[in-house]
Amino acid sequence: MKKLTKQKAAWIYEKMNDIRNFEDEVHRIFTSGEIPGFVHLYAGEEAVATGVCAHLTDADYITSTHRGHGHCIAKGCDLNGMMAEIYGKETGLCKGKGGSMHIADIDKGMLGANGMVGGGFPIAVGAGLRNQYLKTDSVVVCFFGDGAANEGGFHEGINMAAIWKLPVVFVCENNMFAESTPQSYSSASKTIAQRAAAYDIPGVKVDGMNLQEVYDAAGEAVERARKGEGPTLIECFTYRKYGHFEGDEQKYKAKEGPEKEHADTDCIELFRKQAIDERLLTVKQADDIEEKSRQDVAAAIQFAEDSPVPRPEALLEDVYVD
Amino acid sequence: MTRKITFMQAINEALDQSMDRDNNVILLGEDIAGGATIDHLGNEGAWGGVFGVTKGLVEKHGRERVIDTPISEMGYMGAAVGAAATGLRPVPELMFNDFIGFCFDTLLAQGSKMRYMFGGKAKIPMTVRTCHGAGASAAAQHSGSYYGMLGSIPGIKVVVPSNPYDAKGLLNAAIEDDNIVIFSEDKTLYGIKDEVPEDYYTVEIGKAKVKREGSDLTIVTIGKMLYVANEVADTLEKEGISVEVIDLVTAAPWDQETIISSVKKTGRLIIIDEANPHNNTATDISAVVANKAFDYLDGPIKCVCAPNTPVPFATNLEQLYLPNKDKVLDVASELIEDLKKS
Repeated sequence: MKKLTKQKAAWIYEKMNDIRNFEDEVHRIFTSGEIPGFVHLYAGEEAVATGVCAHLTDADYITSTHRGHGHCIAKGCDLNGMMAEIYGKETGLCKGKGGSMHIADIDKGMLGANGMVGGGFPIAVGAGLRNQYLKTDSVVVCFFGDGAANEGGFHEGINMAAIWKLPVVFVCENNMFAESTPQSYSSASKTIAQRAAAYDIPGVKVDGMNLQEVYDAAGEAVERARKGEGPTLIECFTYRKYGHFEGDEQKYKAKEGPEKEHADTDCIELFRKQAIDERLLTVKQADDIEEKSRQDVAAAIQFAEDSPVPRPEALLEDVYVD
Repeated sequence: MTRKITFMQAINEALDQSMDRDNNVILLGEDIAGGATIDHLGNEGAWGGVFGVTKGLVEKHGRERVIDTPISEMGYMGAAVGAAATGLRPVPELMFNDFIGFCFDTLLAQGSKMRYMFGGKAKIPMTVRTCHGAGASAAAQHSGSYYGMLGSIPGIKVVVPSNPYDAKGLLNAAIEDDNIVIFSEDKTLYGIKDEVPEDYYTVEIGKAKVKREGSDLTIVTIGKMLYVANEVADTLEKEGISVEVIDLVTAAPWDQETIISSVKKTGRLIIIDEANPHNNTATDISAVVANKAFDYLDGPIKCVCAPNTPVPFATNLEQLYLPNKDKVLDVASELIEDLKKS
């Protein structure tokens, strides 16, 4: 176990809260009808995005998924720009032209949420190839879900990263369901992590509700990648607080038993307790972080609401580089 | 200095010179060097591509820049998108354009849309080399022509060179371009020779070329179809019909100005496109010209395309599949009937 510094713990707790508050608010606002389109909320899985991104800098890249808000926040995307993007406003990170499923900020190393399940694998490999070719020590994290693990790109991407020893860490967020279909049904292998054996790379399954476990596994994998030793596959067992998308009745979720116990585990509460127990945060610091996060998210909503919609001319812009 | 080299050599030279000019240019593809990691080969390529187009490049530029990939079209095409988004200038080779199904997501849903989806903050400077075309007895899964289909995707440019000079200049221009450019090579042209300058140069993407001026009939061609049009023009010239032949050069976005101004002059238009007949470049040109230059037309716009079938294997059927001089003369006869009478 790698001891967290106070500074790192504060950063993680802040990002966890930002993600939870952001998603809870998007849930509330979406229900009221003010946000158009589809949204897929990350709430419940905060320990994964933060525990992994805690090891990254702006020079490192990530690829994300349709459930990407958490990755964006953990990789340092601006809350105002994100919220405005989800509202379809001109001040959005993508000028309102991408929306929830396509938030990106390449300057922050965020190569995009992705509406295509499994679309990130080869893109992450390409960014890894770039890092290796330019002889940087930057790494790439490819976040994907248990559903994406059954796409062909999983195999092609991990195999290529493995044969070329690319600095890519593959992080599977196994939240038990691909849309409404259980992972236990869709995957012939019991775990996603065990598939690493086929590529002769390390594969590890961790409790994705336990920040420390995610942080430790990711730390080792990122270090390995930075040293040029190649990719690692990490499976984080997690759960989404909301449905696949907003409006999902979630009839497939268990009302009792082990799944319900897993669902009732709150990774943020767990980490708060750990951080305070280990004197990484004081109660006051934790409370202050929570309060500031609520304010920041409220400010982001205000910013988005006050922002203009895109100019009509924007429809035709940015298709090609002139 | 110019000298006669083949279409294939012209492409090879463009890759070589582009790699000399810019260290961010890398090549990716199946067997583009060949024999990766085989001890007795070292830096020597086993193949240089299935047709030998990339021969010699790995020996000069090394395996770090001429990268043999596994048979993983989605993997390496998507990797090219990721590498381009993060600053390299990759040139992936899709061995045959018929393999597009394996990697379509990376172009259709990822690369072509990134700049737009990300609010103009991404650029994807990559050139996809691929080959199309019937006439090599390669049968249905290695002979199709999909440049039109690819060109219908916003964010993608498609160039289809007809000769060695354009092949070299267009490929250089494609690699310099900050967008995704599909560079579609007709595999049956690889052996044709023509004058090509030794020095680096570019040919403008998006600009059609009037290859032969005329006043009675415009024939627009894509790639190899230029040679069919030339035969037609030679034949009609003997009958006193003056044919303007335009090589489209860029299939998407195609040069409306050059074509429309020619149609305004001749009043008659035939488009020869080897693609299947529906929703292709020819039908698109036809629709746009009908919209924008209807009043100048003296007759219907005619498209001469492949039939609505896969490419057959039997040599006689494959020849029947391809547009040829007789098929074009057939449709031309209706258009020029009035000219002959006068």
